[in-house]
Amino acid sequence: MKRKTDLFPYTLLTPALSVTILIIFFPIVQTAVMSLFNYVIWKPKDTRFIGLGNYLQALQDEVFWISLKNTVFWIVGVIVLQLLLGFVTALLLNREFRWRGLARSLILIPWVTPSVITALMWRWMYDGNNGVINDLLVRIGLLKSYFPWLANSSTALPAIMVALMWQGFPFFAIMILAGLQAIPRTLYEAAEVDGATRLQMFGRITLPMLMPILLTSILLRIIWVANSMDVIFVMTGGGPGYATHTLPVFAFIRAYKGLDFGYASTIAIFLTLLLIAIVAGYVIRVLRTQEALR
Amino acid sequence: MTRTLHLWRRLLGLHLPVLIIVLFALGPFIWMFISSITPETDLYGEVFRYFPANPSFQNYPRIFQKISFARNLRDSLIVAAATMLVGLAISLSASYSFSRFRFRGRNYLMIQFLVINMFPIVLLLIPLFVIMRVLKLIDTYFALIIAYSTFTIPFSTWMMTSFFNAIPKQLDEAALVDGCTRFSAMTRVIVPIAMPGIAATGIYIFITAWNEFLYAAILTGNKVLTIPVALQNLIGEYNIAWGLLTAGGVISVIPVIVLFFFIQKQLISGMTAGAVKT
Repeated sequence: MKRKTDLFPYTLLTPALSVTILIIFFPIVQTAVMSLFNYVIWKPKDTRFIGLGNYLQALQDEVFWISLKNTVFWIVGVIVLQLLLGFVTALLLNREFRWRGLARSLILIPWVTPSVITALMWRWMYDGNNGVINDLLVRIGLLKSYFPWLANSSTALPAIMVALMWQGFPFFAIMILAGLQAIPRTLYEAAEVDGATRLQMFGRITLPMLMPILLTSILLRIIWVANSMDVIFVMTGGGPGYATHTLPVFAFIRAYKGLDFGYASTIAIFLTLLLIAIVAGYVIRVLRTQEALR
Repeated sequence: MTRTLHLWRRLLGLHLPVLIIVLFALGPFIWMFISSITPETDLYGEVFRYFPANPSFQNYPRIFQKISFARNLRDSLIVAAATMLVGLAISLSASYSFSRFRFRGRNYLMIQFLVINMFPIVLLLIPLFVIMRVLKLIDTYFALIIAYSTFTIPFSTWMMTSFFNAIPKQLDEAALVDGCTRFSAMTRVIVPIAMPGIAATGIYIFITAWNEFLYAAILTGNKVLTIPVALQNLIGEYNIAWGLLTAGGVISVIPVIVLFFFIQKQLISGMTAGAVKT
C-alpha cells in the first residue's frame, strides 16, 4: 500500500478546504486583528492600533455585563424550556397510536420555520393592543387587562424565550425519540417481571439509557441557542433599553447600527471564548460516538 | 367497563396531550393565516374576533403592489438555488474523500469542518462585511452566496459523508475492476447511488439560504433584497402593517414546509445517526 504518497484524497478535498480557508479562517483571523484596533467604518482616519483597549473597554462597559448576564439567563432558560417540552413530546410520540407519523411531521414544522417569520408571528401574537395571547389570557381570567409583553423590560426576554422554545423543542423531541427507540424492550420486560413500577423504570432504565444522547443534544443546543439572535433582533431589536441584549445581539447592533467594527469584533471574540469549552465538550463526545471518524 | 376505562385513559393520557402539542406547534401558523385574511378594520377593531366576519384575500395581491414582493421572491430564489449548487459542488468531493479514504490528518480535518459550524455568526459577519466592501460585492448575489457557503459547506460535507458511508465500499472496488478510474468510480457509480442523500442535502441548503436573515440584512438591502429582509423592513417604528406582513409570511413559509416534507426522513436520520450510537 502506497498510503503515504497517495494524493488523491487530498485532491478531492482541495476545493472545500481552500474555500473554507478563504471565507472562514481568513475572516476569523481578521476579526481577531480588528478587535485590536479602534475601527469605526465611517471614521477611517481614526483607525489605529489600540492593543487590548477594546477588551478593557468591554470589561468596564455596563452594557457588556448586562448582555453577558442576559446571555446566561437566555441559554439556561431556553434550553430548559425546549428540553422539558421536547422530552414530554418524545415520551408521547414513543407510544403507539394511529396518527403518530402525522403528529411527528406536524410537530417538526416550527423547526424549519424561518427565524424572521417565527419572530414576526410571535411579535404579532404578543401585541399589546391586538395580540391574541392577551385576549386568550384575559378570556380565561389569568390577566385583568392587556399587557405589553415585549415593551416591558422584565417580561421581554422571557417572552422571546417562549418563542424560541416553540422553534426549538422539535429538535429535542426528535433526538430523544431516537434515543428512546434505541432502548431494548427486553430491559423493560425484565423490570416488569421483577415488579418495578413505571416510575422506577423511568428513573432506572429510561433516564440512564438516554443520558448520552441528552448530553450530546444539550451541548449542541447550547451552542446554537447562544449564537441565535435573529429572533431577538426582529422581535425587540435588543430593547426595551438593554433588556434583551445578549452578547451576539450586542455585537450585531454595534456593527450594524454603530458601524463600530473594532468593538463589535471584541464582543464577538468574547462570545467565542465563552463557547469554546462547550464546543470542546461536544467535539469530544462526537469523537467518541461518531462512526464516521473511525 | 374496563374497556371504556382504558379508552378514556388513552384519550386523556395520550391523544389529548399530543393534540395540545400539535396545536401549540401549528397555532402561530393558523393565527398568521387567519390574520392575513382579516380586513384591517377587523384586525385593529374594538371587538376581538377569532375569525373575520368577512374574510378576504386582498392582502395577498396587495403585498405584490405595495412592496416589490415579486422581485424579493426572485432574489430569494436565485440566492437559495445558487447557494445550493455551489455548496453541493464544493462539498461533494470532500465528503466522498472523507467517506472512502483513510489518510493522514483526516480526523483533524473532519473535526475542523464540525467546529467551524459552531462559531458565532457575528464572528464571521463583521469581517465578511469588510471584505465584501473592499471587493465591491456589497448588495450583490455573490455576497450572499459566499456568506452562506460559510455554513453550508461544513454542514453538507458532514451530512453527505454519512450518506456516502451507507454505500458499501465493494461497489467502488467493483467499478475499478470494471475499468473505471478512481475519479470516474466516484462520479459514475457512487454519486448516482447517493443521489437521494445528495438531493436531501441540497434541499436543506436551499431551505437555510431561503430562511437566512442576518447576513442578508447586513450585506444587501437595495439592489438585492431577499424576503426575510423585505418583511423585516415592513416593520416601522409605530405602524406595522400586520395584514401585509402575515400574508407575506404565509407566502414565504409555504415552499419551506413543502420542501421539508420531502426530505424529512433523510434529515432526521442524518441528524440522529451520530448521536444515538454509543
